[in-house]
Amino acid sequence: MTILEEKATAPAPAQSRPEPVHHAEPSGLVKWLTSTDHKVIGKSYMFTSLALMIIGGAMALLIRAQLASPHSSLLSFQQYNELFTMHGSIMIYLFVGPFAFGGLANYVVPLQIGAPDMAFPRLNALSYWLYLGGSIIMLLGFFTASGAADFGWVAYAPLSSAVNSPGAGPDAWIAALILTGFSAIFTGVNLVTTIFYLRAPGMTMFRMPIFVWNMLVTAILILIAFPVLTSALVMLYADRHFGMDIFSVKGGGVPVLWQNLFWFWGHPEVYILALPFFGVITEIIPVFSKKPIFGYKGMVFATLAIAALSTGVWGHHMFTTGVVLLPFFSLLSLLIAVPTGIKFFNWIATMWRGQITFTTPMLCAIGFLITFLIGGLTGMFLASPPVDFQMHDTYFVVAHFHSVIFALVIAAIGALYFWWPKMFGWYLNDRIGKVQFWLLFVGVNATVIPWYILGLHGMPRRVAVYNTGMGWHALNIAATVGADITGVSFLVFLLNVYLSWDKKVPAPNNPWDGTTLEWFTSSPPPTHNFTRIPPIRSERPVWDYNHPDAVAIPAHKSDNNDKHASPPTGASGDDGGD
Amino acid sequence: MCCMTHLSVERPSGTRLSRHLRPAILVSSLGLLLSACSLPSYGGYKGATTQGHDTHLLYAGLFTTAIVVGGITLSLILWSVFRYKKRSDAMPRQFQYHIPLEITYTVIPIIIVLLVFFFTVGVENRVDAVSSNPYVQVKVTAFQWGWNFDYPQLHVDVHGVTLQNPEMVLPTGKTARITLVSADVVHGFYVRQFNFSRYAQPGVINVFDLTVRHSATYQGQCTQFCGLYHAEMLFRVKSVPPAQFQAWVHQQQALGHDKVVAKQPSPIVKVRSTNSRTKI
Repeated sequence: MTILEEKATAPAPAQSRPEPVHHAEPSGLVKWLTSTDHKVIGKSYMFTSLALMIIGGAMALLIRAQLASPHSSLLSFQQYNELFTMHGSIMIYLFVGPFAFGGLANYVVPLQIGAPDMAFPRLNALSYWLYLGGSIIMLLGFFTASGAADFGWVAYAPLSSAVNSPGAGPDAWIAALILTGFSAIFTGVNLVTTIFYLRAPGMTMFRMPIFVWNMLVTAILILIAFPVLTSALVMLYADRHFGMDIFSVKGGGVPVLWQNLFWFWGHPEVYILALPFFGVITEIIPVFSKKPIFGYKGMVFATLAIAALSTGVWGHHMFTTGVVLLPFFSLLSLLIAVPTGIKFFNWIATMWRGQITFTTPMLCAIGFLITFLIGGLTGMFLASPPVDFQMHDTYFVVAHFHSVIFALVIAAIGALYFWWPKMFGWYLNDRIGKVQFWLLFVGVNATVIPWYILGLHGMPRRVAVYNTGMGWHALNIAATVGADITGVSFLVFLLNVYLSWDKKVPAPNNPWDGTTLEWFTSSPPPTHNFTRIPPIRSERPVWDYNHPDAVAIPAHKSDNNDKHASPPTGASGDDGGD
Repeated sequence: MCCMTHLSVERPSGTRLSRHLRPAILVSSLGLLLSACSLPSYGGYKGATTQGHDTHLLYAGLFTTAIVVGGITLSLILWSVFRYKKRSDAMPRQFQYHIPLEITYTVIPIIIVLLVFFFTVGVENRVDAVSSNPYVQVKVTAFQWGWNFDYPQLHVDVHGVTLQNPEMVLPTGKTARITLVSADVVHGFYVRQFNFSRYAQPGVINVFDLTVRHSATYQGQCTQFCGLYHAEMLFRVKSVPPAQFQAWVHQQQALGHDKVVAKQPSPIVKVRSTNSRTKI
């Protein structure tokens, strides 16, 4: 359109050329309410989910305060049950996922593939508003007569039935998740379409940044998993209100069907949460090591393998039900360690012989590696049914998935520090960022490691009180201290946002010598992202553009004849996955 | 780790054996291997039941594997981080692929996973095995928020209520078959020293064996969240020598008989406490 107008107005003097007809850009609240720009929606997603994370984190601190003494009367049983249910629900449904596939993906994917926007901008806006509406409805559960949902974030039938959990609070929980479920599905559709159809000329599939690959696979997983959850929630609602008896024995239903449906969503969901942050790490490590990602294609195949396996492992959440085929789910769950291990070694090999600068994003990437390594290794225990019989529903499981989720949170903080200059045109303070990183890294591990020991000593999850004679008190105090340090790290983050905003340090287009397309456009990018685009001849177009003299990467083959420069095979030949 | 070296010796002989013998060899060699390994307990319980002890050995083996794999990975991470800290502005060499290396770190994890799976299946079959002639059978019914322990063959019922831990008495060294059901929502039957938990679910009847090795009283607890008083859904398992167990049975039978015999000619005896705790 612009080109045609230029031709029509070519003879006229430059200054009198009519501007392309654009409606005046709204600003402020109106802009936020009406925008279909992926960057605005992406930022809305990010800050909504961060606000929800702070609410969910405050709940976690209340829970930890309750558990710091064995028979605390800080919270009643009812309040405690509501709080851990809502803590888990907010963090899983409303924070980690939406931050990644709603926030980061929305903002970064179109920029990284050289697209002007998402494929369906209005659907994108609808996704956000459904998500915001769902989130508010979930929180409103606290103001109902019954209180918020109190059956755990997994809502096992028949505890979630109208008889066992009556009231509007649980209904609000179900309604909220149906809304956010549709939001996720729409975002999935949008991402898949955008990545398949809106790539810039030259951006072949194998030239896409790994983050984009991971978001593509995440979006496909969303399309596989979320419809099942959303349908199951509709069934649960129908059970509660229309007497459908799908999940109740009395009416001929099968309670364990809920667990099958829920975890058929629930395990792919783990990778829906994790893959975007694997992508984030894969963007951060090469940039700050000044090297290309090692084993690009191996990374892609590992991501695809994780996604494929993740649809066949839901039974490992149900080993102790006695009604799943143990060896099948055990083998598939253990096998996920293989592609995850490949990713680990690729990340290590990317740092190998690099020139690493320790900015906050890079520290977060390393913190992610270590925390996720602990989470991954302890996952191997839970994938082995007899050991799962020992650990199931104890704090060992709580510790395992918090190691994983906290690793993702550390990566999320890294992503914020990494893309913040692009999003706003000014930096977050790196020194305060490092303080925040260390508080976060120490805090989460100080929370989680006592939990592993508590789990081995048999402390069950979701208990508001425990007996003094069990030997659990000191470890609980340690975990509470760790949680408080984690809480402080987020106060430091808020402080950093304020201080950096107060005294803005302007950021150039490419503050980190980034290699992907988003670093080519201005900071922040213009409405339709790019006024010009460099030639795309590899997965690092901006690197190629900025380092024309650098020796090209030996294409897609090992360099056996150059032993000096290849990473040492001996050091990594004798190790395995996690 | 000693288990793995042993395995490589066992494998070639296994291929010559018929398919029917192989599982037996697997299980027996597994027993040998695990008992031969004297691994530390890594903070876990050694297992007060024979089944729990098998689980513990598997746990210790996994922990050892995790320390080795995790140690190597962590050292590589820390080595790269400290060794390749930026020292100059020289551009590092831009290498990206090394197929033999990539194949190596794909194949070795697969081998580790298959070994872990092999030991898992061996232990799993032992833990899940149900004896054809157990010494005693107990029907455990979980409800909001307590436990019933019924001994149908012995006509003894022990009924619990919230805030009062009922006690399941078992004979030490003998196999007890537990039939686990739920009267309402999903519960979790768990005794930490047994290294074992199993769901009690409406619509599902779960059966498993417990062979307690040492006479003692063990604290048990519901582990699957089941509503308001989940945290107080406790019970005890008291394991006593078989003679003492028989004495306890006779005492319970007499106790129940005295109480109920006037009303009820049936030999089925209930020792029931009040079961009324309203939801607040």
